[in-house]
Amino acid sequence: MSATPGPATERREVAVVAFAQSDHARDTAEVSEAELLLPVLQDALGQAGLRAGEIDFTCSGSSDYLAGRAFSFTMALDSVGAWPPIAESHVETDGAWALYEAWVKLLTGAAETALVYAYGKSSSGAVRDVLTRQLDPYYLAPLWPDSVSLAALQAQALIDAGDTDEAALAGIAARARTDAAENPHARHSGPVPPGDYVVRPLRTADCPPVTDGAAAVVLAAGDTARRLCDRPAWIRGMDHRIEAHALGVRDLTDSPSTRLAAERAGAFGQPVDTAELHAPFTAQEVVLRKALRLDDRVRINPSGGALAANPMMATGLIRIGEAAEAVRRGASRRALAHATSGPCLQQNLVAVLEGDPR
Amino acid sequence: MPPTSRTPDARTDAPEVLSAPLVVEFPFTRSLGPVQSAFLTGLRERVVLGVRTGDGRVLVPPVEYDPATAEEIRDLVEVGSAGTVTTWAWNPAPRPHQPLDTPFAWVLVRLDGADTALLHALDAPGPDAVRTGMRVRVRWAAERTGAITDIACFEPYEPYEDGATQEAAPHSGEFTDPVTGITVPARLDYTYSPGRAQSRYLAALAGHRTVGERCPSCRKVYVPPRGACPTCGVATRDQVEVGPKGTVTTFCIVNIKAKNLDIDVPYVYAHIALDGADLALHARIGGIPYDEVRMGLRVEPVWRGDGRYPDHYRPTGEPDADYDSYKELV
Repeated sequence: MSATPGPATERREVAVVAFAQSDHARDTAEVSEAELLLPVLQDALGQAGLRAGEIDFTCSGSSDYLAGRAFSFTMALDSVGAWPPIAESHVETDGAWALYEAWVKLLTGAAETALVYAYGKSSSGAVRDVLTRQLDPYYLAPLWPDSVSLAALQAQALIDAGDTDEAALAGIAARARTDAAENPHARHSGPVPPGDYVVRPLRTADCPPVTDGAAAVVLAAGDTARRLCDRPAWIRGMDHRIEAHALGVRDLTDSPSTRLAAERAGAFGQPVDTAELHAPFTAQEVVLRKALRLDDRVRINPSGGALAANPMMATGLIRIGEAAEAVRRGASRRALAHATSGPCLQQNLVAVLEGDPR
Repeated sequence: MPPTSRTPDARTDAPEVLSAPLVVEFPFTRSLGPVQSAFLTGLRERVVLGVRTGDGRVLVPPVEYDPATAEEIRDLVEVGSAGTVTTWAWNPAPRPHQPLDTPFAWVLVRLDGADTALLHALDAPGPDAVRTGMRVRVRWAAERTGAITDIACFEPYEPYEDGATQEAAPHSGEFTDPVTGITVPARLDYTYSPGRAQSRYLAALAGHRTVGERCPSCRKVYVPPRGACPTCGVATRDQVEVGPKGTVTTFCIVNIKAKNLDIDVPYVYAHIALDGADLALHARIGGIPYDEVRMGLRVEPVWRGDGRYPDHYRPTGEPDADYDSYKELV
């Protein structure tokens, strides 16, 4: 079952042909968003051998609440080269959803190439408090339950259900940070101590580092992709789904929306060998592994994932970029990328990427 | 509060990168539908209401549409003010605005008679006093207005009263003087940093100079600079001093006084192409009757006191500029 819009005619092939990301940092006060983004955009376009004016469609993901300023994404447009006029769009969430929009645009035949970018400077505010503003404004937001607290409720639910324990969570944290040693862009790498409880049962090591950063992906269709890239990472399917908003309605130990998105993206047709999961908190990896039926043969987050660098709004796009890179360099035959948004895995996107057979 | 500066950044020629506190504060005023109105009014009256779905489940807190079927639901029921913790998390360091300012547990509580759980705080002496499955009850706020915070928090409520729990009972949802809206204040504190290019611009302005940046590709000078050429999408690094004089390229006459603005109407707001700049700034024009301002008028900045930017621009007395000299900038 595919998620292609329109009639079930032969689908256009669309691939990731370039991916770039910043060296993620705790604080990038020395640069504006446009200045943070510009080198990343130039890197991605350079890999594809394209100039700014040659892109058919541009789509970005970011959040005004992180920046604390209305329409903040319009300032970042200075780094895109928006004159003469370009076809541009924006999503007020993670850039993975911007990539979804661009993918649909390419599938319809309205564009051959697309530039997708995302950025976030969590350092501008107190991100735990800022994220409370995305909650239901009647019953939740007035209580200011911060993002770590909500993730901790999910972690305790998993522990109560016997799905994990604190030692297993510490193991996930250690594996992610150890793997991140191979990732030059990561903010955290190498062994980290478990740390004190931030909100019990989650300790410092179970939580993502507050991070500023940016990422960009170039998509291209069919023969254009083959021309721009030696080994395009073909997007075989992509879908995104959402849970009921109220946390008390959901079973926090499971993620049916991730499972459904994966099914619609075709993830269960053949096994994947690599999975880049957007799990900002260790316990969320437990939920996602179960929902996606990933066993020990699948390499999980070789980049270190969101526990190694969590530039809000770019973290999910980076998962797709990292999965595509693994395919492009031949480290993966078939990779799964997952992105999430909202508290306790509220919204979930799954993409499946493959290289041409060698 | 005045902006502060950071340590010079050795990687750039910026003498300092500015930063300043930025407060975003808004009182969100929201209207309530019939179900939310009944629920929040109920809290004011120490009554907890839920809503029954088509398949008989009781949702607390209630919503207007069934999360599974999207069917409209209005069947209100009263549930208990005691319940069972379904999961919890111990919060050792409460953050601003949270329900309690001493360490507490976040809890999801399934109230007696409900099938779903409500998020709130539990006042308990420590994490060892909290467990999934424990019994708790609502502690009502002394002053209640019809808001989720009318529940001050939950408190332990042991032991089970013979295991007997309350069934959901039908409720009309009608109260005298129902709450129909809520006003939710929200304040977030940020530190705004404008980055390298805008810091250089602001630093120059403090010395009554205007600095733009030249694009290495198209050679245009952008002011104020943002570190990137919006046409070419490349970094701009060469600083170019522009002005102080300039030419009015276009203008409008403002007839409505803005709140808290100490300027008499009508006044003129104009685009001004500073000499040497390839992008027009906008600023107020003074020192000339509003109906005598025209395209091509030559102007110069007027600084007031210790202002960090020109208060307005006034005529220089020079002859008007030829249209051809600024037509690209209109």
